[in-house]
Amino acid sequence: MKPSGAGVPPAGFTSRRRQAIYTAGFVAALVVLWEVLFLVFGQRVLTPPGATFANAWHMLAAPEFRPDIAESLRAFVIALAIAFGVGICGGLLIGSWRGCAEALEPLLVDINTVPKVALYPAILLIFGLGIWAKVVFGALHGVIPIMISSISAVRNVNPIFVRAARAMHLTRSQMLRRVWAPACVPELFTGLRLGFSLTLLGTVFGEFFASQKGIGFLLMNAIDLRNVPRITSLILILVVLAALANSALLAIDRRLHRLE
Amino acid sequence: MTRSTWVRLAIVVGAGAVLELLCRTGVVPRLIVIPPSEMIASGWQLLVSGVIKSDIYFSLENIAAAIALSVAGGFLTGLAIYSVPALRATLEPFLTSYSAVPPIVFYPMLIVIFGLNRTPQILIAVMFGLVPMAINTINGLHRIRPVLLKVGRVHRVSRMASVFRIQLPAAAPYVFVGVTLAVSYSVIGVISSEFILSATGIGHQISFAYDNYDNRAMYGLIALLLVIATLLNAALRRYSERLLQGRAR
Repeated sequence: MKPSGAGVPPAGFTSRRRQAIYTAGFVAALVVLWEVLFLVFGQRVLTPPGATFANAWHMLAAPEFRPDIAESLRAFVIALAIAFGVGICGGLLIGSWRGCAEALEPLLVDINTVPKVALYPAILLIFGLGIWAKVVFGALHGVIPIMISSISAVRNVNPIFVRAARAMHLTRSQMLRRVWAPACVPELFTGLRLGFSLTLLGTVFGEFFASQKGIGFLLMNAIDLRNVPRITSLILILVVLAALANSALLAIDRRLHRLE
Repeated sequence: MTRSTWVRLAIVVGAGAVLELLCRTGVVPRLIVIPPSEMIASGWQLLVSGVIKSDIYFSLENIAAAIALSVAGGFLTGLAIYSVPALRATLEPFLTSYSAVPPIVFYPMLIVIFGLNRTPQILIAVMFGLVPMAINTINGLHRIRPVLLKVGRVHRVSRMASVFRIQLPAAAPYVFVGVTLAVSYSVIGVISSEFILSATGIGHQISFAYDNYDNRAMYGLIALLLVIATLLNAALRRYSERLLQGRAR
């Protein structure tokens, strides 16, 4: 995925209040659709919204699922730390060296379009069946988009800023703090938001396949047991967590871009 | 070829050679990774022997169906969202954060609804591919220069002619970026769902080989899949970059 493909041009001026009403309406429409799907397909396929929320809450509170939830969170946090660390450092290094960036960026974009799922069995063989295979697979999804957007964040800094700073005899650390960081951060953050979502995708997928613990494992187990209430509740938990985290990140992202 | 193309080629070949050396000298055991030359040989043998012919056809058919549905559906969705302002204001935040929820989590539910056949797999791939296509369609329509429409109006071009002769050609390069994304997401969606639960397909064959400790077949299939996907993506991306370049002039 190209980070440039991730944005929608804004639809002119919409007041914040109106936006909130639209959003609430859309979420309400989704819940109604869910209820309709339940009425059409019935108990065999999914549980209705109310019951699912109750059941999901119950699962989050019950001690028996706590180890799985903790395992998923731990795997995701480690994967995210690796993806952020390697992606940002690598991207900034490559980006600040022009020839290197020109040679490597297309390669990174090509690697990014490779279906990484195909590599998962190889990762399982290398890292074994524990938490590390999931972590590496999750980090692998996030690291390249972060690197690509870090490279372009550095390269898109207006050269006039740097020239002006040099003319004013800023020291290296001042230059970093007052010029480079503020100019890079908004675009860098957009990359981090994308990397967050993709790392989540990678970690969840890693738990679906050859895993013994975690939310993804519970989900696969529930399919084998044909436990429809559990399938629906787990999907709800994953969707709500992802949506909440993403809207928080999106709010920060918008704020940073407005300050530009 | 430019200098940076050579550098890229050297990096890829060099990485392959290092892995080959590590495997041949036994630093990386054969139980974990087999030498790249053997991966390619094994992939080629599998391809010409015809053992996995039906799996390749099954996967490619599903990918083709997913691409067709996501491109057509994404284009129409984008068009609808672009032309109805209220719809656009409502859906914009959701489109921007589409990748937040991995669609693959809905796969179990789709299996329960449609059964274990190609339908849930294609649907997952469409859920992956439709939104980027819609986003890029909106982006393309948004970027049409107003002067083009004005010129059309001055010449009293009809509404239909304006759509087909001005708006669509002007938006095409950006829309095509959406097509390249829809293609690579369709591949990812189909292969991922085959991995998780399926009875046929390239992804299923890879996970089958993994379960049977058949490293040679597994790495051969992985190499095959990566080559197919890389060629497809590279061709589309070059074409889309050419379209965009022509536009910049």
